Formats: sequence, C-alpha cells, structure tokens
Amino acid sequence: MKKLVLLILVVALLSMGGMTLAQDGPFRVAIVMPSSITDISWSQAIYDGLVEVQTAMGGEGALEIAYTEGMFDVAAAAETLRGYAEDGYDLVIAHGTQYGTSLFDMAADFPETSFAWGTATDTGVDAGLTNIYAYEASAEEGGYVNGVMAALMTDANVIGVVGPVEAGDALLYINGFIQGVEATNPDVELLVAYTGSFSDVAAGTDVANTHIAAGADVLTGTSQMVVGAIEAIQTEGGYWFGTQSDQSPEWPDAVVVSQVYNWAPVLTDMIERIQGGELGGVAYNLTLENGGQTFVFGNVTIPADVLAAAGEAAAGILSGEITVARELSE
Amino acid sequence: MEEGRTLLDILVAASGLTLAAAAPFLYAALGELFAQRSGVLNLGVEGIMLMGAFTSVYVISDKGFGAHPLVGLLVAMLVGGLLGLLMAVVSVTLQAEQGISGIGLTLFGQGMSTLLFRVLAGGVIVAGGVEKLSIPLLSELPIVGSVFFRQDILTYGAFALVPISVWILNRTSWGLQVRAVGQNPRAADAMGVNVARVRYQTVILGGVLAGVAGATLSMALTGVFQENMTAGRGFIAVALVYFGGWSPWKVMAGALLFSAANNLQIWVQVLDVRINDASIPPNLLIMMPYVLTIVVLIFARERQKREPAALTKPFERGEN
Repeated sequence: MKKLVLLILVVALLSMGGMTLAQDGPFRVAIVMPSSITDISWSQAIYDGLVEVQTAMGGEGALEIAYTEGMFDVAAAAETLRGYAEDGYDLVIAHGTQYGTSLFDMAADFPETSFAWGTATDTGVDAGLTNIYAYEASAEEGGYVNGVMAALMTDANVIGVVGPVEAGDALLYINGFIQGVEATNPDVELLVAYTGSFSDVAAGTDVANTHIAAGADVLTGTSQMVVGAIEAIQTEGGYWFGTQSDQSPEWPDAVVVSQVYNWAPVLTDMIERIQGGELGGVAYNLTLENGGQTFVFGNVTIPADVLAAAGEAAAGILSGEITVARELSE
Repeated sequence: MEEGRTLLDILVAASGLTLAAAAPFLYAALGELFAQRSGVLNLGVEGIMLMGAFTSVYVISDKGFGAHPLVGLLVAMLVGGLLGLLMAVVSVTLQAEQGISGIGLTLFGQGMSTLLFRVLAGGVIVAGGVEKLSIPLLSELPIVGSVFFRQDILTYGAFALVPISVWILNRTSWGLQVRAVGQNPRAADAMGVNVARVRYQTVILGGVLAGVAGATLSMALTGVFQENMTAGRGFIAVALVYFGGWSPWKVMAGALLFSAANNLQIWVQVLDVRINDASIPPNLLIMMPYVLTIVVLIFARERQKREPAALTKPFERGEN
C-alpha cells in the first residue's frame, strides 16, 4: 500500500513536472544583426517581424526576444550566437549571410537548438545538419515593381541606383529594379554605382550626389547606408524608391514607395515547427505571392496610371506572366 | 538625351563634389597636424569625429533641440575640445603610449556616440542639412562659379584653414613653439617654453577641429547621422598628415587627391566606363583611392626627413 501511494506520488510529481515543462515559460528567440533595429532597412525589417509575431502570440509571456545589434564583426557575432545557444534559446537567428560559416559549426555543437540564417538557401542538410532554417527574399520581384513605377516617374529619364555590394538580396533587388525600368521605358538611362559598404552613409551620399550631377532625378538603393542617399535626393526635390523597410516617415517628400519585407509569416511558421519538434531543414523565401513582400506608400502623390502599371506588374508576377530573372544577362 | 553631360560638365560637377568631400578630411587632418607637429600622435580622431557628428546633428534636429546649425557646430567644437583635453591628459600628463591611448579614445567615441544615439535618438537622425552658401556674383561666373562659390560654408572654412595653419605654424611665436616642442622638447624647455602646455593646446585644438570634421560630415555633407558613420575617415585623416609630410598645403593636396580619386571611381561606375566592352568590377574601383594613397606614400620618401623628431615621445621635465 505504501509503495502504491509512493508510486502515485511519483507519477503525480512527474506529470506535474511534465505539465510545468509544457508551459515552461515563453518561447525564446535570440537574434544577431549587423546593424540596428532602427536602421530602416535590413535589421529593422526582421525585428519588426519578431515584434509582430510576439504580439500575435500574446506578448512577452509567450515569446521572449533577445537581440544583439551592430554586429558588423563576424567573429564577434559568432561568439554572441554561441552565447545565445549556450543560454538555451529555442531559436537562434543569424541575420546575415556573412554569419553562415560559424553557424554551421555551432549547429553541430548544439543539436537541440534550432538555428536560422539568411539570406541563404542552405539548411545544411548536405552536411548532415537537421537544425538549421534558411531564409531569403526574392527581392527582385518587388524591385521589378519599383522599377516600373520609377520609369514612369522620372522626368529627366535618368535613374540612379545606389548599391552597397554586388551580393545577396541587394543585388537581387537591383537586378529586378533594372528589369522593371527597362521593360517599362527603354529610353530611361540607368546609372548604377556601388559604395562597397552596407553601412558607410557618407559613401551613399557621394554616390547619390554623383548620380544627381549626372542628371538623375529618381534614385533607389538598398542597405542601411542609403539614408545619406535619400537625404540627398530629397534635398534635390527628386524621388526615392525604397526597399526592406518603410523609409517614408523620415523623408516624406522623396519616398514614393517602399518594398517592405514582411518576415512575420516565416517566423511564425518556424516557431510552430520548432514547437512541433522540427528543428530545421526548411528554406523560406519571401515573395509577393506568400505575402513576404508588401508595398508601403508614403505621402508622395502617385499618378493613377503609375499605380495601375505597378498593379499590373505585381499581378503579372503573381500569375507567372512576368518572370523576373535573378541575374541580368550582360 | 545626354544633354548637359559633356566632359566639361562632368569635370565641373566632379570638382565641386571633390571639394565638398575633402572638407571633413581637411579639418581632421589639419587638427592632427598641429598635434603631431608638437609631438603628439592622436589616433582618437575617428572617435572625436563621431562624437562631433552625432552631437551637432542631434542638437539641430527635431529629435534634439532644433537649434541653429551654428549651435550644432559650437557643440561639436566643445565636445571635440573636451575629448582632446582627455587625450592630452592621458598622453601628455600621464605619458601613456600615444598609439594605444588614441585607439582607446576612438573606441570610446564609437561606443559613446552609438549609446547616445540609441538612447536619445532611437534611429536615424535627419538634420535637414545646412543651406548651401552661394557667394553673390562670384557664383554666377561660368564654370568656376559652380565649382568654387556654391559650396557649404563649412567647405569654405576647411580650405581657408590651410593658409591660416601655414601662417600660424611659420609666422607666429606660438607656431614656433609648437615646432620646437615637436622637434626638440628639451631644447624648447631650456628656452623657457612650457612643453606640456603647448602640447595640451595643440591636442585640444586637434580635438576641436576633429569635432568640426564630424559636424561637417553629418550636418553639411550628408544631412543625417547614423551609427559609426565616419567609417574610418578619421584614420584616413591621420594618414593624410603623414602623406602630406606635416605640411598643410601638402595635406590639402592629399585630401583633394583622395577625394578626387574617390569621386572619379564613382563617375567611372555611373557612366559605366568599359574596357574592351566589359564593365570594370565596382570592388576594384572602390579600392582605387586607397591603393593610390598607399602608392603615393611609398614614393613620398622625403617625408621621413620631415617627421617631427619627438613624435609619439612623451616629455619628462628635468631629466638630464
């Protein structure tokens, strides 16, 4: 009898333990970003997505977010990521292609932790890893739509592109933008120049001012260094086409539209899979079709025909009528 | 379609952009030149520039006090001067290794400006820029008008500072003291020059000008502040002092060469200049100004003769 009581007690305790385990605090996400959560581009886009998911899940009690900003230094980022993994976070996100190498080593050391990185397509399955998610954005789609509108809004028929480095989603966006311009108005002259940096604001200013001196009245560009370029074109009274985050609040007179990355659906799916025991193996892609890319308009008045053309372009991409190449043929 | 884009137009535009881009380098490098001529290497310029860039834009922006740009400039000078004072205490009075303490100051400036930026501003600060100052009549002159007389007031200031620096160094008794302290502090001390005081003055002046350099970058050139926006320009300014062999005119030549090379490589990209019908890879072009600087440094051998003899050497009084 004593033994039975003891057994019941043990079972009860265990099940209570099990119960507490199931409701054991919030889901814990940690993210390492190259720039700040207020960079109005790459890092802010995913942070806004995390906050949106947090709100949807029921606040901090349901989803805990830890983040480290300004991790341009890849070695320091690797250490921080490892620290988060050691701290037992459920999902550790390396928000930058440059963090990939160290992430793959780490994922092997922490098989119980789920990792995610982007922009990337490799989930490490070939390397025998099952706890990595990869994500990317088909930035060329939104870039194409932006290009269509830009081609119709330039009076000078000269458009400048302020690029960071020829890689990743920046290059995809620019390639899409160029195709959109060329498909809409072949007479437009496209000026393309890179700063060689994601973060050098003054270099963005230099490139933008050179575009303007060369006659451009509409500019676009990508990464967190473009703030200098947007300020330059707003001072000049021209238009700016944004990407990654909504850039219109700071420059209401210049920003026509921003192609915005919406990471919330991807993050929600990841979290649900992890809660279901699936720690990785999925490669996500933000597209117009899955709602991963949206357009946010600012205060600039956009002529009806321009909006119609943009709508047609977006519909064409969705229906498959328009295919936007990821790489330009020379 | 290419109306308004003759070679002349491009040269005029490129010259104007080059002058504006050279201004922050000039302020920072001339300030550093004074410090080095007195024997103090200040590698904290980068950090001081960042603090100047942040504080000036912050006080003039709506996120801060909406103050007049002149107030922004004065605040940047004050902050730069205080950081210069800090550098002087550490390197002159405490006689710390100058290279190390300067890097420490740079790291401090980077961290502090980032912290203040995040706490006070939260995100990108848009200052709206400073109005360009067109000099009446002169700015109407063909070609030279738009290059030389339609610039920011801070750009004029930077170039005006070059002959002023030459005059101060070569024609004033204080300039003589600065050079004496940098060449032979013991002899200067024997002549009754207060070595420590002169070095404090030059390092603080260097700090003030580094602050102005930062303000020029943020308020005038870009109109915004973003974390770490100096992106190594402070170190380029230090390199320009060596490059220019401690002569203000040659430092100016170096700043112009670097800015011109940088603007040229942007034009090569913008106009898609091709070699054998192939675009030149942007990465190669972006490196060009830096490669050029290194090449000139290698060939400018005479600079070694002109280096202040007491550079980086702390001075201890009464040790004979």
